[in-house]
Amino acid sequence: MKPSRWTNPLRDPRDKRLPRIAGPSSLVIFGVTGDLSRKKLMPAIYDLANRGLLPAGFSLVGFARRDWEDEDFGQLVHDAVAEHARTPFRESVWNRLAEGIRFVQGTFDDDAAFDRLADTVRELDSERGTGGNTAFYLSIPPSAFPVVTKQLARSGLAASDDESWRRVVIEKPFGHDLASAKELNAIVNDVFPEESVFRIDHYLGKETVQNILALRFANQLFEPIWNANYVDHVQITMAEDIGLGGRAGYYDGIGAARDVIQNHLLQLLAFTAMEEPLSFEPRALRAEKIKVLRATKPMQPFAETTARGQYTGGWQGGKKVPGLLQEAGFAKDSTTETYAAVSLEVQNRRWAGVPFYLRTGKRLGRRVTEIAVVFKRAPHLPFDYTSTEELGQNALVIRVQPDEGVTLRFGSKVPGTTMEVRDVTMDFGYGHAFTESSPEAYERLILDVLLGEPSLFPVNEEVELSWQILDPVLDFWAKNGVPEPYAPGTWGPASADEVLERSGRNWRRP
Amino acid sequence: MIIDLPSTTTSQVNRKMVELRERGGAVALGRVLTLVIVDDDGEHLEAHIDAANEASREHPCRVIVLARGSRTAAARIDAQIRVGGDAGASEVIILRLYGPLASQGQSAVIPLLLPDAPIVAWWPSAGPKVPSQDPIGELAQRRITDSAAERNPIRALNARRKSYVPGDTDLAWTRLTNWRGQLVAALDLPPYEKVIGATVTGEADSPSTELLAGWLAEYLKVPVRRVKTTTAQGIVSVELERRSGAIALHRPDGKVGTLMQPGQPTRRLALHRRNTKDCLIEELRRLDPDEIYEASLQGLDKLASGAGRRSSANKPAATKPAKSAKSAKSASSKAGA
Repeated sequence: MKPSRWTNPLRDPRDKRLPRIAGPSSLVIFGVTGDLSRKKLMPAIYDLANRGLLPAGFSLVGFARRDWEDEDFGQLVHDAVAEHARTPFRESVWNRLAEGIRFVQGTFDDDAAFDRLADTVRELDSERGTGGNTAFYLSIPPSAFPVVTKQLARSGLAASDDESWRRVVIEKPFGHDLASAKELNAIVNDVFPEESVFRIDHYLGKETVQNILALRFANQLFEPIWNANYVDHVQITMAEDIGLGGRAGYYDGIGAARDVIQNHLLQLLAFTAMEEPLSFEPRALRAEKIKVLRATKPMQPFAETTARGQYTGGWQGGKKVPGLLQEAGFAKDSTTETYAAVSLEVQNRRWAGVPFYLRTGKRLGRRVTEIAVVFKRAPHLPFDYTSTEELGQNALVIRVQPDEGVTLRFGSKVPGTTMEVRDVTMDFGYGHAFTESSPEAYERLILDVLLGEPSLFPVNEEVELSWQILDPVLDFWAKNGVPEPYAPGTWGPASADEVLERSGRNWRRP
Repeated sequence: MIIDLPSTTTSQVNRKMVELRERGGAVALGRVLTLVIVDDDGEHLEAHIDAANEASREHPCRVIVLARGSRTAAARIDAQIRVGGDAGASEVIILRLYGPLASQGQSAVIPLLLPDAPIVAWWPSAGPKVPSQDPIGELAQRRITDSAAERNPIRALNARRKSYVPGDTDLAWTRLTNWRGQLVAALDLPPYEKVIGATVTGEADSPSTELLAGWLAEYLKVPVRRVKTTTAQGIVSVELERRSGAIALHRPDGKVGTLMQPGQPTRRLALHRRNTKDCLIEELRRLDPDEIYEASLQGLDKLASGAGRRSSANKPAATKPAKSAKSAKSASSKAGA
């Protein structure tokens, strides 16, 4: 490790131009043939290289069962990069990256394969100077975690020392309830200490999510009204228009709540509802997130505050689509929900009495993720009743994706001789084509792993607290009835609308 | 969409912009800055507008291009508005000023500036002698010049040093960010030893090479040798001398760099010369004064005198153990901590 008294004479905190280049390191990917590694990981690595953010000598090692040579794996990476990378393909960048690509063939229970992997990592250190710093990306089902982590420990790959670091990156699902999450954490922490575990929640790598913190804590305008005195309720939505064809193996028995609410939506809730952190240090940020998650409880009775649904077959967007029960791989009597809505409350002074409605679903109207903070009506309206008939509640909407930006909805006079007030919107649109140039979430997150910068990764405790919030709802659903069917291309089952109508509210149409 | 407004006035241009917005919503309001491009020679005008359009994808902006027409013609403004597909994520207003108006660019620009948004001035070719006192430069929070595009780049760079005020910046400085990044990263690794000398090699008229040497001189506080070469373009190599050996970063072909450090395998890395678009995107990312650039300009001074004094007598400082023993000792005690 770095002697504490060494200060790099060329570093200057005011020098904001300098890119954050990762130190010498290599990345080992398990599960290289999966969709995620081809569509997201490999392109992100190339994009990082293209932006000059990877260290000289950076190496990429693939581990899989296929009988491949280094070149075959290199070809796979090349094709993935050519097809999915965000930045233009440059031969010189690719050639530098390709020099460091290695492949190790083997299965997870094959001791010899892991010994070969350990040899490869050592060779890379001496040939390319990776300094032994290695990140392991486990893009594999959690059921394979115990055997892979044990193998890493056995072959000496997991052991870090003063000179070099070892980190492990894992993807959701982080268990399917509190007990299994604890078990999974125990397995991983058995080999890797918690500070070297990086749990990827790619939502947290999105600019718009990080912008929630900027919006709230860099401005004077919003924070004073960001509380129960002014906020009526909050809606957090993540909708997808696609179905679950081809994902049965992962999704059947898991369902929308476990897949999305437990991680993405509760993290968005934490960012929206948390108190101001002392600083943006990882520790300070986590402390606030953990505090707010600890204060978050599901509202009772669940029969009235939650809803779940399952899409049926029908017409969506000009195409005939199958229902969940007709999708290949799902049981004909599957009770897996593809739509889930829950009502939560944050039990602290700031949010007392403000419901947080979280919903997610497949085959909904369109693909959108947003946070809508809906404000109370003005306490007194000095207008005729007829002039404000069309006036809704003010709202601040953070559009996470697509069309990233912020919308503010408020009332405005309709031009004309009579006083009539109607809702209008004021839009901040992150620039029209901002997304073309802003880095992908995975780029940011992989770079953070290599830099050892943990602020955007949920820790153990956050994962477990999220399950604590969701588990009672899941138990209730398991014991009571089945999901209500809904037509594809709609905004979910009727029972979801009733959840809000009970208190005189409505879901926003995103 | 491209709309030509020959022989017009700025209020007519403004009226047209509002009309466009009302008619088609073609011109949105979410602009974060106004970029004024002052292009006197006009030869590469379209290339500069393209670079600005590309940059606008990260920094939505209104681009005002000031081109100068014949000074002997009768006074008039020819304007062109580009929106939508022809302007990236920006809206472009090109003003061509003729006759006595040609020297009155400021009066033509002011009515078209976005309310309350920062103004960036960019001289892609030859810039004014003192950017902060130029009529357009006076309006701007940030003034981007390009020494490499001047007839005599080194003289231009020295002029920038004398005329520097906070808010000035130069694309010659932006072009070496990747070099600086790699050098800083190299010093983050063991052995943690003090740098005792440095050599920077590059084209004789490469202002980026000068600035890199200036930056090293200012921050490392060691004599920096500036070696001139004609074999390659731009910056060619940097060597940082340390007791255990030199860190050397070479880029002979303008594309691929080779990084050599004692005790480490030789590494190759992509280090291609940056294009204007990349540089402009980086420049627009921050609008506050760049103290590091200022310090590097000051470093140019040390460079001149430092090199003159030392270059004849002793070349690499590392070969003079007697002289560097003291600093080496303090470095090793640091490294041991």
